[in-house]
Amino acid sequence: MKPAPFEYHSPTSLEQALEIKAQYGDDAKLLAGGQSLVPAMNFRIVQPGMLIDLNRVNELSYIHEEKNTLRIGAMTRERHLEFDSSIAKRTPLLHEAAPFIAHPQIRNRGTIGGSIVNADPAAELPVLMLALDARLKAQNKSGERWIKAEDFFVGMFTTALEPDEILVEIELPFMRPRTGWSFMEIAPRAGDYALMGVAALVTLNENGRCDSAKLVYLNAGDGPVDAKETAKSLEGNLLGDALIESAAVTAGEKEINPFGNVHTSPEFQRHLAKVLTKNALKQSMRRAEENKQ
Amino acid sequence: MNQSFPTTITVNEKEYKREVEPRLLLSDFLRHELGLTGTHVGCEHGVCGACTILFDGESMRSCLIFAVQADGHAITTVEGLAKDKDDLHPIQQAFWEAHGLQCGYCTPGILMTLIPFLKQNPNPTEDDIRHALSGNLCRCTGYQHIVDAVKLASEKMK
Repeated sequence: MKPAPFEYHSPTSLEQALEIKAQYGDDAKLLAGGQSLVPAMNFRIVQPGMLIDLNRVNELSYIHEEKNTLRIGAMTRERHLEFDSSIAKRTPLLHEAAPFIAHPQIRNRGTIGGSIVNADPAAELPVLMLALDARLKAQNKSGERWIKAEDFFVGMFTTALEPDEILVEIELPFMRPRTGWSFMEIAPRAGDYALMGVAALVTLNENGRCDSAKLVYLNAGDGPVDAKETAKSLEGNLLGDALIESAAVTAGEKEINPFGNVHTSPEFQRHLAKVLTKNALKQSMRRAEENKQ
Repeated sequence: MNQSFPTTITVNEKEYKREVEPRLLLSDFLRHELGLTGTHVGCEHGVCGACTILFDGESMRSCLIFAVQADGHAITTVEGLAKDKDDLHPIQQAFWEAHGLQCGYCTPGILMTLIPFLKQNPNPTEDDIRHALSGNLCRCTGYQHIVDAVKLASEKMK
């Protein structure tokens, strides 16, 4: 099908985009990469009256390092996350996970900000933002505010952004020393939506015990699911097989809340979550040991 | 709300100027405005890959881009690959020789996916090839002859 008619604006600066957003609020939908929005428009699931196309706002596309953080402009294409050397060095979890985001043809167009704001519970980037303790910069005509990833995702396809705000920047802290990472997902075919997936980070202390851990799941609830209780059960302990096994059970049976879909039952998703938790924790631990400096 | 925008798009190295309604998809612009029907339209929601084109040299879905967004950009479609019918692009020649197509509906999208893929991966393994093809659906071949064709193409292009 074809999209319903809409009014189109193509600002060339953030200032112009914010001006239009201030004027029209929720009546104006932002068009980033369009890899989720345009399919929904083609199906007429959504029929926005107005689009503000951000693709000519070049100032929103960058990746740079600043004071122990990585700054990524919201309009940075997903394909760049895959090949950027700062990302590979500073946040290897993001580097490893980027190729799991759809197909190259989609990543060439899709943007980091667009996927975050879309807040699809089955998408990789919202999960990664939570796992990486991201801070997200929202801007409107009169100023800016920083929102922690954990406060940003408020429900299915829903974020904390106000109608006049635009997500402009993503700030990621550098990965800590003695930290290992892992990203794993199970999809019927490369590039398809995953049935289940997990992003893991494990930091070891000098004695080889777990100092802190993070496990965030995709397609496991109405947003990215941060398994805090599971992570807490690991802290201060040596990550032996028995502990990893019980962590997998806590995460898979208690903390996630998968709905199932045409490809999978919730029970199978829970099973996958347990297997992925074990594998991801083991890989993270191995890498943390190698990453001692 | 009857907007139209003067839009200039370079397609296969030729410049075209048209007035377009903002909701016109790039895939429909290529087919209906320019008559370049080599770009096929399958699912119109980014899943099947039949409409894949090169946008400034990178493979993208033309059904998920509005024509007005391509203003000032360079597009390559399957029509831009062969100099003439007796002088095919090595990837096209390989598809012919290795029987890499049956009905041919998915072929243009697959070819446009492979152009940058083989540039970035001149010596792909079978795994690499199957991974690269995962964003393009073919309902005839079972993919085996497509994989063979890509291997042959990579050899021809050395």
